[in-house]
Amino acid sequence: MGRKLLLEHIDKPDINTMEGYIRHGGYRSLEKALKTMTPDAVTEEVKKSGLRGRGGAGFPTGMKWSFLDKSTDKPRYLLCNADESEPGTFKDRLLMEKIPHLLIEGMIVSSYALGCRTSYIYIRGEYMFILRILEKAIAEAYAKGFLGNNILGTGYSLDLHVHPGAGAYICGEETALIESLEGKRGNPRIKPPFPAIAGLYNCPTIVNNVESIAAVVPIVNDGGEEYAKIGIGKSTGTKLISASGNINKPGVYEIEMGISVEEFIYSDEYCGGIPNGLDIKACVPGGSSVPILPKQLLFKQSDGSPRLMTYESLSEGGFATGSMLGSGGFIVFDEKACIVRNTWNFARFYHHESCGQCSPCREGTGWMERVLHNIEYGHGKMEDIDLLWDIQRKIEGNTICPLGDAAAWPVAAAIRHFRHEFEYHVKYPHRVFDADHVYQPEMKMQTV
Amino acid sequence: MVEVSRLLSHYPADRQKSALLPVLHIAQKEFGGWLNAESMDYVARLLHIHPIEVYEVATFYSMFHTEPVGKVLIEVCQTGPCCLNGAERIISYIEKKLNIKVGETTRDGMFTLKGVECLGACGYAPMFQIGETFYEHLTEEKVDAILADMRSKNS
Repeated sequence: MGRKLLLEHIDKPDINTMEGYIRHGGYRSLEKALKTMTPDAVTEEVKKSGLRGRGGAGFPTGMKWSFLDKSTDKPRYLLCNADESEPGTFKDRLLMEKIPHLLIEGMIVSSYALGCRTSYIYIRGEYMFILRILEKAIAEAYAKGFLGNNILGTGYSLDLHVHPGAGAYICGEETALIESLEGKRGNPRIKPPFPAIAGLYNCPTIVNNVESIAAVVPIVNDGGEEYAKIGIGKSTGTKLISASGNINKPGVYEIEMGISVEEFIYSDEYCGGIPNGLDIKACVPGGSSVPILPKQLLFKQSDGSPRLMTYESLSEGGFATGSMLGSGGFIVFDEKACIVRNTWNFARFYHHESCGQCSPCREGTGWMERVLHNIEYGHGKMEDIDLLWDIQRKIEGNTICPLGDAAAWPVAAAIRHFRHEFEYHVKYPHRVFDADHVYQPEMKMQTV
Repeated sequence: MVEVSRLLSHYPADRQKSALLPVLHIAQKEFGGWLNAESMDYVARLLHIHPIEVYEVATFYSMFHTEPVGKVLIEVCQTGPCCLNGAERIISYIEKKLNIKVGETTRDGMFTLKGVECLGACGYAPMFQIGETFYEHLTEEKVDAILADMRSKNS
């Protein structure tokens, strides 16, 4: 069994209450940080921990904090990104639903480190039932003197509020989140300036994912060095993985960074293998935006060593043979799954979620969706496959925010690794009319 | 109004527009599940902003409806991971059962069926959301029971 730093007590029935959470060791980091550490010392521990942003980009959290502009007397803001919308990702939901005080404790300690007087948790509107859980927990924290004026008599004061979104994937992009919190459409801003200089209300702002903020609690409790002992290389600590698709045990798992992909999929401690005696065909290891990996690239790196659940190992080989850890949205496809159908499905998602600001994304996502729909439903032409390749290439890197890349990568990877399935759809249209059609390996054509 | 004042207190005095999304959620709930021009104008007056600032936001976010919806809005997740576990079959089943297509409302105004993108329940697929509740691990039998329950509660 791997060490659990975040979900250790998740099965305790009263862990969602203030009393239960404290009984199981909660709010120790609050006492420790506010009473015995300077704000900079907290930041230093986060830097030492090697913690990397758990929302998907993997940027070092401590370094992000150190960019916060402290030279002005404007208010500073910490925004928790609880907009979790990346297909395949449902880890933050579990953490907030079951252990709301872990996020609140992390928010208070992090806000202290950053010198914030008001902080917000921006949660996707569809999670309204979790907003209610968080609001109840926040009220408990105020009643206990952990929030509000003069917390624990230390002179530090903080207000914490939860703010709902209203159904927009793009609001998980940090500048779109800020726009949305200001009561506007979620159109990402051009950077620079970065939020750390000019974010919410034009004030210095840090935006961190739920899991990143929760991880600050064990980092402060045990020290950054202790945290960094878990994992391999620049992938330190534990990571929440949301596992879904064709596996025996879908759910959220906290893993120590560095276990192998094979263990994660086949061990009974985690996914428990593929149901119905089927073989695995492919896996999207980090949320819908990251490249899909076929079985033969999933378990081994290009040097033949086992592929591991780390930032580095999952991206080894670049996009030619690798993918990304991303948000940890781990989607498994069995041998019967249709890659074309799934690629069309994801393309529809990105078309729906494009904010419409940049032409390559606004037009390109819809174009890819229509071409993929044609291929999937037996109306495709061979040249459509090259057309798709061309469209995705012209979206990538040509948009204000990474949604364009996120829409392009799944299409590119599907064609790169499963071109034969696209060709199969074009060549045998009568075999793919049925939504449940299965690609027949014996029909496999020469990959061009 | 008590709730609106509470929400306004979360934001700086000169940044009350920040309360727009939470206030629109309340307005939509109070005004029959969707936002018409009058209710959006009312929200604009509450927050001292121009009506267009409300319209442009209401039309951007997929949870806000600017057309009428049925008493019970069924939002089925139709994104990849859910489809690997039978979301499309559940959608077809509901379509057949209610005799409507995705995007339509039953003649009696009871149910609207909507396909939505990833709701963060990929591990518990197939699923749909009604109001603030997630219904997960759906089967045809479960769908029957939920819809019967909804019908009796809303008749």
